[in-house]
Amino acid sequence: MTCGCGNSTETDILIAKPGEVNLEKLSLMPGHEHEHEHPHHHHHDHPHTKTVIEMEQDILQSNNLTAERNRGFFEAKDILALNIVSSPGSGKTSFLEKTLHDLKDEIPFFVIEGDQQTFNDARRIESIGTPVIQINTGQGCHLDSDMVHRALRKLNPEENSVVMIENVGNLVCPALFDLGENSRIVLISVTEGDDKPIKYPDMFQSADICVINKIDLLPYVNFDMEKAKEYAKRVNHHLKFFEISATTGEGMDAWYNWLKKERT
Amino acid sequence: MHELSIVMSIVDTVEKEREKQQADIVESIELDIGMISGVEMDAFYFAWDAGVSKTILEKTKLKINRPPAKAKCGDCGKTFVAVSSFDACPECGNPFCDVISGKELRIKRIIVIKN
Repeated sequence: MTCGCGNSTETDILIAKPGEVNLEKLSLMPGHEHEHEHPHHHHHDHPHTKTVIEMEQDILQSNNLTAERNRGFFEAKDILALNIVSSPGSGKTSFLEKTLHDLKDEIPFFVIEGDQQTFNDARRIESIGTPVIQINTGQGCHLDSDMVHRALRKLNPEENSVVMIENVGNLVCPALFDLGENSRIVLISVTEGDDKPIKYPDMFQSADICVINKIDLLPYVNFDMEKAKEYAKRVNHHLKFFEISATTGEGMDAWYNWLKKERT
Repeated sequence: MHELSIVMSIVDTVEKEREKQQADIVESIELDIGMISGVEMDAFYFAWDAGVSKTILEKTKLKINRPPAKAKCGDCGKTFVAVSSFDACPECGNPFCDVISGKELRIKRIIVIKN
């Protein structure tokens, strides 16, 4: 949500490449504050009139419109855009790193990293050699289509590439915000409990792909894979599953095959 | 706390409409927030009070409708009122049903006053 003042930092949102901003300096800057001006009431010479306006308008319409703009941009450039969502610590960045590392010679990747604070994830991606933009949402608990729109202008992804958008670690809020992606990937890990899909159904319902990470830890945790998938399917039986370990690389081939097939 | 984003989105949308109508006051607003829309109502009311302060909606009367969740069974075709997005079909027990309503997030109508 922007305030229309031309400065995107109303809620301390920061969109930058790693190294582009001096973070220490930034934290010393005074907060961006302003008063919204509201037009003064006009005085007309007719009596008070009351009008009922049937709006029937989606509350998230402005987010949805910008998401469609992003979608049009991706379509025009034959870009496959993926929105990766999960709780904090499920392994989104590790999953991304592994994918970029293994496929970077075959597929041109571009990455948008979303976190409340720090450029840590962007630095991890940058060290692989993939162009990356970090969005720091400040207090924000999710990315919205306008943040992604602005990040895309800075990132300038090339034609026929894959844009990976790593959302803020949060299994609730990002569900409602279309970013213009082609597919939404919800990631859970076996250390989280197999009932995640019914505890946080909105996210699983809005996703197309469910990646179950950290399967190398299955012998050590009490996670029932079939039960987890059954729960997820009850929420959304269109979900496609990948069981993987970003650490050992197990199961990643099936995911890579899907990714390659989606691009064509 | 995406509810605050939702409130701010409502404020922006209504402000635009008010301007278009050249109205002065938004007397009331009616919203549809579906039972499984992903909006937590306690958080929404909290965000509403914070979000509308010093805006055109500060003194606006708020009415919220809660359309129920409905799902359709892909096996037997039964449509039923669901409590959650993962209810099984009450007719045939199929656990994999499609949600067909209850995710509404809509500004239904506003009443504006021109001075």
